[in-house]
Amino acid sequence: MSDYISHDHEHDGIDRRGFLQCMAWAGTGLLWTVSGGVLASKTLAQIAKAADALPSATDLSFLQISDSHIGFSKEANKDVTETFKIALDRINAMPTPPSFLIHTGDITQLSKPEEFDTFDQVLKSCKTKDVFYVPGEHDVLNDGGKLYRDRYLKSVEAKGSGWYSFNKNGVHFIGLVNVLDLQAGGLGQLGDEQLEWLEADVKDLGTSTPIVVFAHIPLWTVYPQWGWGTSDSERALGYLKRFGSVTVLNGHIHQVLQKVEGNITFHTAMSTAFPQPAPGTAPSPGPMTVPAEKLRSMLGLASVQYKQGKAALAVVDSNLS
Amino acid sequence: MTTPTPKSKTIALLCVISLSLSPFALAGEMKDADSSKQNKIEIKDFAFNPQTLTVKSGEKITWINRDEEPHTVVSVEKQFKKSTALDTDQEFTITAGAPGTYTYFCSVHPKMTGTIVVVKS
Repeated sequence: MSDYISHDHEHDGIDRRGFLQCMAWAGTGLLWTVSGGVLASKTLAQIAKAADALPSATDLSFLQISDSHIGFSKEANKDVTETFKIALDRINAMPTPPSFLIHTGDITQLSKPEEFDTFDQVLKSCKTKDVFYVPGEHDVLNDGGKLYRDRYLKSVEAKGSGWYSFNKNGVHFIGLVNVLDLQAGGLGQLGDEQLEWLEADVKDLGTSTPIVVFAHIPLWTVYPQWGWGTSDSERALGYLKRFGSVTVLNGHIHQVLQKVEGNITFHTAMSTAFPQPAPGTAPSPGPMTVPAEKLRSMLGLASVQYKQGKAALAVVDSNLS
Repeated sequence: MTTPTPKSKTIALLCVISLSLSPFALAGEMKDADSSKQNKIEIKDFAFNPQTLTVKSGEKITWINRDEEPHTVVSVEKQFKKSTALDTDQEFTITAGAPGTYTYFCSVHPKMTGTIVVVKS
């Protein structure tokens, strides 16, 4: 596919092919590969069909899975548990298993204990056992996130409402919470306490340390009219600007979008449950119903690979078709 | 913007930028409040309709969620009890108290805001 705009009838920088390509990015699980500091992502289908294309000699590879929405049963996908299972099957079939998974939130649809139970039960089939979580707004609906924190933060030293950091293979990972205490009229929010913690957390790290930040709502302004952004993300990114490689992984919008700003690469992953419309293309960002045969091509995950000595992590998105 | 632009990443970004610039019906647009006598507020397409509702003190107000997304009804100034997350077709009812203007929002999608004006009965 051409990377150039060939027809620009509206003089808006978008042609049909480019738009469709943009759309085609929408809605998959992603495999992230940190290869020399550059993230690459693949949809699940691409992983299955083109596993050979994945970088082989990497120092660290992990997988991002997002927005499983267990409990959702509307027209857009009447069996989200099944598509979540398929995503796990794809992970289990990977020639090089990921070191761990990152789940970027909206585990459940309605924060119900039985929904979390179903998720946990299905997850047992995944051969990769280490999973790091951040909550989505659907996981903290009625209790401020207590149930979520009790279940999913056991293996980390979480602070405040559930943020934390850890190191793997020389990469510094930071899980942030931007779905709590949201203000009327506003966007996602990190809050002063978390931002102060972040500033201190990275203060003593060398600028060559690759940084991976993950949070549910995008930490860049994707489409504020739909709440697709985080009001105080600029301050967070300010603490990270001095680093040579920063990769920001988000979910929430159920489609793949990527942006590069200086040394910071932003990437959103597909959902394993249902797609959402591209920004501004529908009356609301609610679940998007697509023809049944198309659904799995719009669900997926992301693989990330890192290779020491290289600048950026490679992120590869792959869908479930 | 009409010159060829390399890289699909850039194209993806342009999709976002140009769409965000295009005129688009914002959630929470004001609607005709003729139905206010029923004191029903429908939640649809991530908006409260009507966005502003005037009721008499002592009357009941009921929100009903018509979206496939859960929504909440939360008073900005914590002036009335907040709802739990309302799933599709679930309702939440309060009784209007003292006269005044009460703003509220959806704590899941805080862009969604609404106003209740309570007048003397």
